[in-house]
This record gives sequence, structure tokens and C-alpha cells, in this order.
Amino acid sequence: MAAPPTIDALSQFRLATSLGPIGASVNFTNSNLIMVATAAAILALLHFGMRPRAMIPGRLQALAELCYSFIADMCLDTIGPEGRRYFPFVFTLFFFILFGNLLGLFPYFFAFTSHIAVTAALALLVFVLSIFVAVTHHGMRFFTYFFPQGAPVALAPVLVPIEILSFLSRPVSLSIRLFANIVAGHVMWEVFAGFMLILTAALGIAGGAASILPLAINVALVGFELLVAFLQAYVFAILTCLYLHDAVHLH
Amino acid sequence: MDPVIGKDIGAGLAAIGVAGAGVGIGHIFAALVSSVARNPSARPQVFGLGILGFALTEAVALYALLISFLILFS
Repeated sequence: MAAPPTIDALSQFRLATSLGPIGASVNFTNSNLIMVATAAAILALLHFGMRPRAMIPGRLQALAELCYSFIADMCLDTIGPEGRRYFPFVFTLFFFILFGNLLGLFPYFFAFTSHIAVTAALALLVFVLSIFVAVTHHGMRFFTYFFPQGAPVALAPVLVPIEILSFLSRPVSLSIRLFANIVAGHVMWEVFAGFMLILTAALGIAGGAASILPLAINVALVGFELLVAFLQAYVFAILTCLYLHDAVHLH
Repeated sequence: MDPVIGKDIGAGLAAIGVAGAGVGIGHIFAALVSSVARNPSARPQVFGLGILGFALTEAVALYALLISFLILFS
């Protein structure tokens, strides 16, 4: 008897060069292609959305204005009045991650946020930016962040290392949260799709009929993955705003 | 012990950590529901905080799942 079919869950995240020989010569991968498509989609939304410039917006203009106001309100509410200058960064971050997650949901497209390299780069960018903002705002008083005012001085040897560790774990948690969410979603899709194939291979017609169950679960997972795409982009952006708030104020 | 069996057992053990996050997420939404029941007009702010809390807690579940995948697939 042949070996039971295994489910190969992780090969969907392998990079492959796209755009034929031109892509192969510069190593332009499918991940890069979807990143370019994401940027083009965001720019298209903003350009074609704001082209009418009507006082009473039509549907697309209302959508573009909603995107703007959502992030602008988030920045101003979370960071405070200085939030205006970080709005372009948070906007770019939020929509890059959101459109990246959403484009990755389509079949045969690639979710570039499923690579820890991409999410770690974004998280490190946020981390370095928050340190840079804090140091330019507060100079050397930046280090008083690790000793919250009002805490008894006797606790300092315990409190300061814990605070430093939790500060250093910010880029780690930020990157792994997004990466693990997207990878887990896609792996679950692959696994249940594999179940459908295994059922059909093992039980024939009856297996084919029974494989409606993994299919139903996959359909439910589509809805869940849509929610996760929005949620993870929102959480990344709101945590960025929170870290920038800490950098600007409580340092 | 066959390394493949060891991997499977390790992955299964690592996935137990997801249970704690399940309790945490249930706790968050229980708090969300009872706070909206007390004060329905506070729903917009409370909902945003609830979703943020949910995502942060689910991240811990996914750390455990990530370790499980790392053990299983490499």
C-alpha cells in the first residue's frame, strides 16, 4: 500500500521569481510583484477616488475620504495634536499591510505579510522611528521612560530591567503577531483543502461527497481571514500610534 | 524514539498553550458585553478597546501555534 498522502502546508510560502526571464535576472519574486500591486491599488484608490472632488462625494470618493479620516482620527486621538506629522507614515503602514493581507486572500496570489522578513522590517521601522522620535523630543531624558514616575525607588532594580525587556519585545511581538496570523490562516486553508483530497482519494465517491465538510470549513475560514486581514492591519497601526504617543509624551 | 514521532508529540504539546489565550479572549468579550449592557452609549469606544485587546491576546495564542508549526515542519 502506498504511503498515506501527507499535507504539504508550508510550500505555498516559497518564493518564486515572477515576470519570466526579466524577473529571474534581478530576482523579482512573486512577493515583490504583489507588493507592487498593493502600492498600485492604494494609489489607484486615492487617485480615482479623489478625482471628482465633489462637495457631496460619490461612492468611491466617500470611500477614499473614509480611509483618510479613519487614519487621521486614529492618529490625532491616540498621539494627540502632534499626531498630524505622523499621519502619512501610519496611513502608508496601515494600507500597505491591509491591502497586502487582502490581496493574499485571492487564489494564486501571494501574501507577502506571511514572511517574517517583511513583517520584521515593518516592525523594526516602527521601533527605530519611535526611539528616534523620543530621543529628538526628549534627549537623554528618554531613559526615564523605563522608570515610571511615582514608583518607589526601592523597586527600581526589579522594575527597570522588566520595563527594558518589555520595550525591547515590542518589535518582536509586532512582527510575530502579523506574521503568525497570516501564516496560520493560509496553513489552515491548505490543511482543510488537503483533507478534501485525502477523503476523495481514500473513499472514492463517498469521500467526494464527505469532502463537502472541509469545503464548508474553508468557506467559513474565508470570512474569518477577511476579518483577520482588517484586524491585523488595524492592530499594527494602533500599536504604532500608541508607541509614538509614548515616544512623544510619557518619556 | 523515532524523530518523526517526537516532532508530532512536541507539536501537540506546544499547541496546549493556545488554551490560555482562549480563556483570555472569552474574558475580554465577557467584559465587553457586560460593559455595553451597562452603558450602551459607550459602545464605540469600548468596542475599539475590546478589539485591540482581542488582537493582543490572540497574538499570544499564535506564538504558541508558531512554536508548534516550527517543531512540526522543520
